[in-house]
Amino acid sequence: MTAVGTPAAARTRTDRTEHTAPGDRTDRPRRIRLPRRPRAREIVVTLVLIPVCLVWLYPFVWMVSASLKTDDEIFGSTSLLPEEFQWDNYSRAWYEANIGPYFWNTLIVTVATVAIVTVTTAMIGYVLGRYPFPGKKLVIVCLVGTLFLPEGYTIIPVFELVNQLGLSGSLAGIVLAESGGAHVIIILLFAGYFRQLPKELEEAARIDGAGFLRTFWTVMLPLAKPAVATAVILTLMRVWNSFLIPLVLTLARPDLRTLAVGVYSFEGQNLTDWSGLAAASTISLLPIVLVFLVLQRYFIEGVAGAVRG
Amino acid sequence: MSAFTQTSALVRDGTGGGSLRQRIWQARWCYLFMAPSLVLALLFTFYPLASSWYISFLEWSGLDSERKFVGLDNYREVVEDPYFWAAFGRTFAFAAAAVPVMLVLALVIAIVVNDQALRLRTVFRTVFFLPVVTTTAIVGVVLSMILNPFDGPLNAFLLDLGLIDAPVDFLGDPDLAMWSVAGVFVWKWMGISMIYWLVALQTVPQDVYEAARVDGAGRWHTHRHITLPLIAPFGVIISLIAFVGALQTFPLMQAMTQGGPAFSTELVEVYIYRLAFAAEHQPRLGYASAVAVVFGVTVLALTLLQAWGIRRLHVTRRDAKDAADAREPEEAS
Repeated sequence: MTAVGTPAAARTRTDRTEHTAPGDRTDRPRRIRLPRRPRAREIVVTLVLIPVCLVWLYPFVWMVSASLKTDDEIFGSTSLLPEEFQWDNYSRAWYEANIGPYFWNTLIVTVATVAIVTVTTAMIGYVLGRYPFPGKKLVIVCLVGTLFLPEGYTIIPVFELVNQLGLSGSLAGIVLAESGGAHVIIILLFAGYFRQLPKELEEAARIDGAGFLRTFWTVMLPLAKPAVATAVILTLMRVWNSFLIPLVLTLARPDLRTLAVGVYSFEGQNLTDWSGLAAASTISLLPIVLVFLVLQRYFIEGVAGAVRG
Repeated sequence: MSAFTQTSALVRDGTGGGSLRQRIWQARWCYLFMAPSLVLALLFTFYPLASSWYISFLEWSGLDSERKFVGLDNYREVVEDPYFWAAFGRTFAFAAAAVPVMLVLALVIAIVVNDQALRLRTVFRTVFFLPVVTTTAIVGVVLSMILNPFDGPLNAFLLDLGLIDAPVDFLGDPDLAMWSVAGVFVWKWMGISMIYWLVALQTVPQDVYEAARVDGAGRWHTHRHITLPLIAPFGVIISLIAFVGALQTFPLMQAMTQGGPAFSTELVEVYIYRLAFAAEHQPRLGYASAVAVVFGVTVLALTLLQAWGIRRLHVTRRDAKDAADAREPEEAS
């Protein structure tokens, strides 16, 4: 489908550029009228979209700008450029508002959850995608059944279970609760990806004397890199931004808060330190925004691929 | 014969063969590979699912181990609880207001940035997707500063333009607060609907557009009569994903208004959280669970609706494909 679609799209593009080439224009000014219309359209569309984009970006720009101003300046002036850069807002947020510890908590929870989710979903996706076995349909039906389960529906038992497991005073409880959601989309993505790998790979691995585990780990998993990347990105995005689970599980232990919970609580406790709050928000959002900008192609393709799969 | 040889025999034969016990034994590696996921899902998804029903029959504060079985009392109370029904209605009103605006905006932008001739299309996509990847609760905190009535930047801007005479209390006015958050919701999540629409748009074959252009159809007509009908089945799914998502806006609402002012933005999830974890008095985990079950069952019913939508998608697309195949010989000649 795409193989056929892409050349067709490429062809139209070349046609268009030929018509609007500058050389063309000087030679035969009258005949280009019609083909030139897309160019005018492009300018109009761009001019309309740029202000909309600025609206989309403004909250982030304002947040960074406010994090470098004094409190008086934040609400006193509409200029985005601070008179003098107040870097101590950041040290105040990091040390006094505990954003530093929250940052490390978030990092630990995110890395651990991403590792657990990626490995376990790859494993279950592998066998669901490649092997027939009794009970397979049941497993798939159960998983798909949880697709739209609201988080608020299960939070009370999750809270109770973590307490009963004796994990309420540790980050491990948050990691397990975040890893324990049914990751249906990622599992189906892996299943679909593994399904299309050729059967001969397994046979070759078997002849070379590799066992089931070894075949999976050294032959199959490395071949599934695009699926692994998507799983990592989707999980990373979800866990770094997660709010309800860490909020509820750290009620009794404020020192275990993640950034989302920490900044939220900071707002509640300290209604006057606007610049500190802006700095804390910037510290919290910067890592995920940077990851997004570096991997943005995979981010968007990952989300799109997960939908298509 | 090693376990792996047996399991790969499963691959070659397809079914494995033999009695059920033999087949289970042959596939033991499969079960082993599913075990970590299934144990985690069992603990943190399926057990809570069943347990919330059980807890909903209890009167339980969660502070001590004292649990009293009260049968359907909690449900009786839910039915008569005006706060619940107000929150329930508000939750759906919120979704009904925010989702159509978001989807139409996302579709228009998706059609525009899908145009190969638009040079900045990648930049636009990135910008519109940016709010989607950021932490909802923190974005909510930042937005409440921007919407601040005392010289917040939005009010300052509107005053400068002369659009308003006095600052607007976007989050403090009970008549306005929910719509302000709905606006932020659209800003936050529009990008993901845009990506879904882009996926749908890419399934529309390019030659259909070329044929339309040859026939002299304008852009508006092309989109009205070709794009929209072809992506309509996707629209069913995209709308449902967005709608079910909008019913679960806890982080945004909690960070921006915490259900206030005067309960005017208390959605069901905010209400559940207040009953169970942020109660001014004794927490009521049992009652909160009953509320959660009633809400969860409603959302689950919507999920079934979604399954129905997906089935329709397959049927419609097959029909469309058949129709296209039937048309093809004419166009070729």
